[in-house]
Amino acid sequence: MELRMTDAANSSRSRWLVAHTTAVFAFLYLPIAVLIVYSFNGEGVGGFPPHHWTLDWYRILLSDESIWDSVFNSLKVAFAAMAISLTFGVPAALALDRANFPGKALFRRLVLLPLILPGIITGLSLLMLFNVGFVSTILKLVTGQQLSLLTITLGHGTALISVATTEVFAGLQKLDRRQEEASLDLGANYWQTFWRITVPNLKLSIIGAALLIFTLSMDEIAVSFFLIGRDNTLPLEIWGRLRRGITPEINAISTIIFLFSLVTIVFWYRLRVRGEGGAEVGMELIEAKSGEAK
Amino acid sequence: MAATTPSAIDSVSSAAKPTLLSIRAVAKTFGRNVVLRNISLEIAEGEFLTILGESGSGKTTLLRIIAGFESATSGEVWMGAERLDRKPPYRRRVNTVFQHYALFPHLSVEENVGYGLRVAKRPAAEIAERVAQALEKVRMTAYAKSKPSKISGGQQQRVALARALVNRPQMLLLDEPLSALDANLRRQMQVELKSLQREVGIAFVFVTHDQEEAMVMSDRIALLRSGELEQVATPRDIYSFPATAYAAQFIGHTNLLKGEIRAGMAECNGLRWKTSLPDGPALFSLRPEHIRTGDSGASSSIRVRGRVVHQAFHGATELIRVDCGGLVLTVRTANRIEPDKEIALEFTATDAVPVRESPERT
Amino acid sequence: MFSRAYRMVITVPPVAWVAVFLLIPYLLMFCYSFWSVSSTQSIVHSWNFDNYRKLLEKPVYWETLLRSMWIAARVMLFSLFLGYPLAYFMSFYAGRRKDLLYQLVIIPLWVSYLVRAYAWKTILGSDGVLNTSMQYLHLTRHPLEFLLYSPFAVVLTLTHIYTPFAFLPIYAALEHIPRNLVEASHDLGATPAQTFWHVIFPLSIPGVVAGATFAFVLSLGDFLAPLLLGGPSGIMISNIVVSLFGAAYNWPLGAAISLGMLLLVLCLLFLSEKLEKKWSFA
Repeated sequence: MELRMTDAANSSRSRWLVAHTTAVFAFLYLPIAVLIVYSFNGEGVGGFPPHHWTLDWYRILLSDESIWDSVFNSLKVAFAAMAISLTFGVPAALALDRANFPGKALFRRLVLLPLILPGIITGLSLLMLFNVGFVSTILKLVTGQQLSLLTITLGHGTALISVATTEVFAGLQKLDRRQEEASLDLGANYWQTFWRITVPNLKLSIIGAALLIFTLSMDEIAVSFFLIGRDNTLPLEIWGRLRRGITPEINAISTIIFLFSLVTIVFWYRLRVRGEGGAEVGMELIEAKSGEAK
Repeated sequence: MAATTPSAIDSVSSAAKPTLLSIRAVAKTFGRNVVLRNISLEIAEGEFLTILGESGSGKTTLLRIIAGFESATSGEVWMGAERLDRKPPYRRRVNTVFQHYALFPHLSVEENVGYGLRVAKRPAAEIAERVAQALEKVRMTAYAKSKPSKISGGQQQRVALARALVNRPQMLLLDEPLSALDANLRRQMQVELKSLQREVGIAFVFVTHDQEEAMVMSDRIALLRSGELEQVATPRDIYSFPATAYAAQFIGHTNLLKGEIRAGMAECNGLRWKTSLPDGPALFSLRPEHIRTGDSGASSSIRVRGRVVHQAFHGATELIRVDCGGLVLTVRTANRIEPDKEIALEFTATDAVPVRESPERT
Repeated sequence: MFSRAYRMVITVPPVAWVAVFLLIPYLLMFCYSFWSVSSTQSIVHSWNFDNYRKLLEKPVYWETLLRSMWIAARVMLFSLFLGYPLAYFMSFYAGRRKDLLYQLVIIPLWVSYLVRAYAWKTILGSDGVLNTSMQYLHLTRHPLEFLLYSPFAVVLTLTHIYTPFAFLPIYAALEHIPRNLVEASHDLGATPAQTFWHVIFPLSIPGVVAGATFAFVLSLGDFLAPLLLGGPSGIMISNIVVSLFGAAYNWPLGAAISLGMLLLVLCLLFLSEKLEKKWSFA
């Protein structure tokens, strides 16, 4: 609605709000701006004003093999985690929507818990599982190590089922159940109805969930921290370097990741705007998160 | 009835009571979309005025301009000597009953009703007393402590009324308040609302798309079409003397006869009668109940024969459609007449009311 | 409408997976917390409450927990302070720019947590962007040392990271307030300020509770920001857990602390759920 700005009190109120909003955005974007600016700064990080623009850090980055190895590892983990989360998260959403079974309430809470729980708890509890005698024997048989990219993948895949479930569950709430009834009525069996009616209707939710899972996995560190073997993921590689001291090529890789995320967001935004006429990226996730454990 | 002209009735009713609200040449556009154009309307004290129109006619926008939720693009709204359209809604002594009631979900029934008094910082004792009276008036005392989500639609409706009236506004605006109720409750509320209005004696401006509701409740009806006022008159006048073809069709059933006037004679589809209207093309509205079946032999009657093509039962009466050689007339009859029967029809010249064409508007 | 086979197919696999990879690990953590470590650094599977006794007796544990809660509480308050007016402005005053501004709040969420924490480190350090620019502008002569490696740095960074999380549910709650309630309030004579306090704020409380819960719970369990920016005085409870699982090698004690944290978090979630229910009127 249109709020009338007729009296002075009202307009001073909105002026104050504009100032506050500007300040919050400045606060949110200051670190990002610093990151990008100093990735082109010859002096490395710190020092004001920045001078002597250079692409050196990007050049160093390009020839840094361990960074690219970790990027490759992260990509592998992210895709595998995406597969796991969707494989179990989509049926989980369907089950929550349309099946009744003993322990459903507990199941619902458990699935969603990793969303709100500090990552350290999820990471450590999985570490304990992987430390159980026969589990660790199996892991060693499969990969030759107890902890490896496999354990990180299992961790991400499990924790991010919550994302797939909430996104798809939200999609199911909007789905008109009568479409599926019509399909069954017209002689399609459950399997055909699922692939021809249910999945196409949930397409946006599933793609959205996949993108979110991918991005979250690429950035995940709290769970990975405890499940890491010999091979680093990108965040853990960055973490290792940060522990050793400030290294400017981190600025460069961060800038690249930022631009990459930006492209992903724009892509998703387009998708959602076209699909639903709304642009509430991640809103379901947040609402699910706030309604978590209900 | 034929002796009184519509303009005479209008001047009588508006002269009887002083004007409360005056809308002067109000127009409203949203972007390139014209919602209201050149609306001028006076509302008298104590009057029950209905703004009637189809969806998209601009009726709710007009109400929202009076309430102050929208500002007019041009034109003025005056209440007595006070210019209203520059004031924010909370400085206007006008209250609204919203379409879906807009009761505050976090406040109880009595807190809802007391809201206006509380923000006006009235003493607690006065608030309690006036809220109790208002709830009494709408028979909701028993639900004072309930939350709005716990009471029925009809009860929410009453609370919304009490919440508005407790502030003793000079005028009450009602935005399709009955549209969410089922047919029975709706008719009951129409009667209650009308008697409540008589009791409190303030002007009600009532928005609806339901012509029957408008006819039952209003002192006057302002008929809106595509953002322009089509006709403003009492229900009786707007029915008997519709100003335009649109008004005639929107309110009740009618037959529109298109013809020509030449030298004091009107001619439509081979029917001819005397008229005092000037020469030129003409359009007449003839209500189904003004067409009689049979032949009375009266000399003033215009007669036509036709074949019944359709018949429908309407309770106390029947509506038949009669094909009179290209001209199809709808006729209200008391008795059932079987389709395919050849019958004679007649009507009186004065019942064919001349109306203006209603041109297409965008 | 759905056959038994259909329901089995959608139910059994996720339930089995969740049982193995979520339920059993949590139960294991529960078991560990009652075990102990022998002098040869192997786990002794004897059940007792020693770990919990240690938590209560040694001040370092509960002092750190209290400090963590104090840091989390500050992060929560600052995030609400930054997030609420932002959400209110966007929901009620931003008009057509609403969608754009919403995206602008979301974008930082997609920038790596680690990278943002690191960016604050480069800003706050003694030869960081803030100190050098203040010296450049002759505001200070020597670098301010308290900026980095302090609880202040941790609170600032976590506030930066969790403000969007606090913002989102508040914004969602404000967006869900039917606008005709605001109109009704104005219609009944309430000024914009009165309308805010009597109608808008009460109806946004579920969002505020959800946002506050996010900010508090997520920052309570954080261990990376303290390691990176906290210094010795900015150590949080999760850092102790990390060291117990690493160098100190006392998994049972670490499990006991984690379980304590888990219980605390569950209590908070339960509490916030109650509060949200109390204040929602759908």
